[in-house]
Order: sequence, then C-alpha cells, then structure tokens
Amino acid sequence: MEQVVGRLLQAGVFLATAVVLLGAVALMAKHGGDAVAFGTFRGTASHLTSVGAIVRGTLARDPRAIVQLGLVLLIATPVARVALTLVAFVVQRDRLYVALTTFVLLVLSYGLLWGS
Amino acid sequence: MTLLTLSLLVALGSFFAGLLGALTGLGGGIVVVPMLTLLFHVNLRYAIGASLVSVIATSSGAAAAYVREGYTNVRIGIFLEVATTVGAVTGAALSGLIPTSALAVLFALVLVYTAYRSLQTREEHAIDLPADPLANTMRLNGTYPTKEGMTPYTVQGVARGFVIMLGAGVLSALLGIGSGVVKVLAMDRTMKLPFKVSTTTSNFMIGVTAAASAGVYLHRGYIEPAIAFPVMIGVLGGALLGARILAVASTSWLRKIFSAVVVVLAIQMLYKGITGAM
Repeated sequence: MEQVVGRLLQAGVFLATAVVLLGAVALMAKHGGDAVAFGTFRGTASHLTSVGAIVRGTLARDPRAIVQLGLVLLIATPVARVALTLVAFVVQRDRLYVALTTFVLLVLSYGLLWGS
Repeated sequence: MTLLTLSLLVALGSFFAGLLGALTGLGGGIVVVPMLTLLFHVNLRYAIGASLVSVIATSSGAAAAYVREGYTNVRIGIFLEVATTVGAVTGAALSGLIPTSALAVLFALVLVYTAYRSLQTREEHAIDLPADPLANTMRLNGTYPTKEGMTPYTVQGVARGFVIMLGAGVLSALLGIGSGVVKVLAMDRTMKLPFKVSTTTSNFMIGVTAAASAGVYLHRGYIEPAIAFPVMIGVLGGALLGARILAVASTSWLRKIFSAVVVVLAIQMLYKGITGAM
C-alpha cells in the first residue's frame, strides 16, 4: 500500500510539472514579451477558474489554460491520496475511518469542484 | 516588466526560497508570499494562491519519500484532516472579507512566531505515558521504526490537538502557507507524538489542507497561472535540491540567517500592513 501511495504522489507531481512546463513554454512563445503587472487584484479570467472551463481551454490549446490544468492536476494529487487511503480503510473494514476519510474527501471535492 | 523577465526572476527567487525552506525545515511557503509582494509587487491574493500551489508540490514531493519509511500515522492524519480541511475551507471563505492590510499584519505575526520557534531547541518527551482515552477510542496510538525495531507510542491531548488543527487550517488558507509550525506544535507538544511521526504526518496533512483551500481559491480567481507556475517550478526545484544536500550541509547557522531574514520580512509586512500600502 505504501509503495502505491508513494508512486501515486510521485506520478502526480511529475505529470503536473510536465503539463505546467508545456503550457509555460507555449505561454512564453506567445506572450513572453507582453508587459505585465499583478499589483491589483482583478481575479483570474473566468475561463481559468473552473475545472470544466480549464479542460475546454486546454483542448482549444490556450497556453494559460494548459498551465492551469497542470496546477489543477497538482491540487488533485493529495485528493487522490486521500481517495486511496479510503480504499485501504474499506479493505480493512474499518468503519469509523471509512466515515472520516469520506468526510475529508467530500470537503476536498467541494473545494475543487464547487467552491466559490 | 515583461512576462518572460518576471517569470524568470520569480522562478529564481522561488528556487532559493524552496532551497532554504528544505534546508532549515521551515518550508518555502513562509518566504514566498513576502518575496512576491515586497519584491515583485504582486497583489497579496495572487501571492497566496501561488504559494498554496507550491506548498502542495513540496508536500507531495517529500511525502513520496516519507511514506515508504513507515513513520506516517495515517489514522492521526485523517482524523486531524477533518479539522484542517474544515478550517481551510472556512478560512478561504473568510479571506475575501478580510482586507489585504489585515492579512499582511497577521502574516507578519506568524513570521515572527516561526522565527522564534525555529531558534528554540526541541524538548524530548516520553512517548509511553498512559494514552488519552479518546486516543484509545479512535485507535490513534501506533508504532514507529527505531533502532530497537518497531516501538509503540501513545497519544495525548486529542481534543486540544484537534482544536489547534482547526486553527492551523484557517491560517493555512488565509496566508497561503503550510502552517507546519502550528501543526508540529499540536502534534509534538500537545499530542506528544515521536518527532519523526509528527513531522512526516504533518507533511502528509499540509498537502491535503492546502488542496482544500486551493480548490476554493481556484474558483475565486486567486490562482493566476503566470504567477503560480514560476513559483511552483522554482520552489519544487529548490526543495528537491535542498533534500539532496541536507545530509552534507550544516544547518544551525543557516537557521539563524533564515530566521533573521524572516524577521526583516515580518517588519516590512507589518509596516506595509499598518500604513495600508498592501
């Protein structure tokens, strides 16, 4: 089990980094020379703030959406770890910890999928 | 400044933040936010979003190595994550209502506390005291590897530890940090876990806690890809290198320098927060 968890975390971070780098190279090729300032908070553009929109942007090859997809994969990595922990507790028939892990997973899913 | 220049400079700065964070054990997140706001004039809310992402990267990267060693107590982790994730989602919901100047002042206070804690020596404590009855009910007591083989330990102060973790979750979301200092405070000092167990279990929880608030912040527009990606890549690279050279580097003088830097950053954050310049 520990082996699987370790592999999962490594794979998650590796995949996320690869996608982020891919998007970053595309972003620099397209907008690297643009003048930027982030001193005022305007909020990231709405097509980059939900999982569905980010996937659509990635399919349309928008560099910023690709970077954002990598960041979403990274945020999803600990969530996947908790999901795997849930499986382990189900196998052990540990009811109390199945309940607690399910609760944590629901809070995480709420944040990632609906939180606003 | 062009996007390319800004990204390269932020990545370089984040690399050193990650390196120092790994070498001193304080984590990179604590200096990423002051660096972005004070040095690169990035808005505090974007800085918090970017920092949270880097916290998840280093926590997951380090955890991959930790889980194989058998120190992490998964039950304690899950039990306390009930508190940290609820705290994190609450903190993220509150964040929009709190002016950035107040967040800057809070950040300064946490920086000072971190510097203070990092210079103190850790006290060893007994790990075989009679367990908190709640620890028995929740089956939190465990075993961990030592030179004498698998050694059992008991858990104290379960309810107090849980409440401190709620606070750690709120703080993590509000400031975009792992709040490892507070987590270790709860697990090492209150719950009296063996040090290796508290640090590795805390690391497990840091990633999960940060993911809870990062999800909310994604929807709120705090996660700006152009800022978050150089921070993530830089901190992760620095942390990986730091973990490699940790065995050969002397960290006591490094901790002192790092603490001094943290105090200087705290004063600047405090000044900007009070004068409303942030």
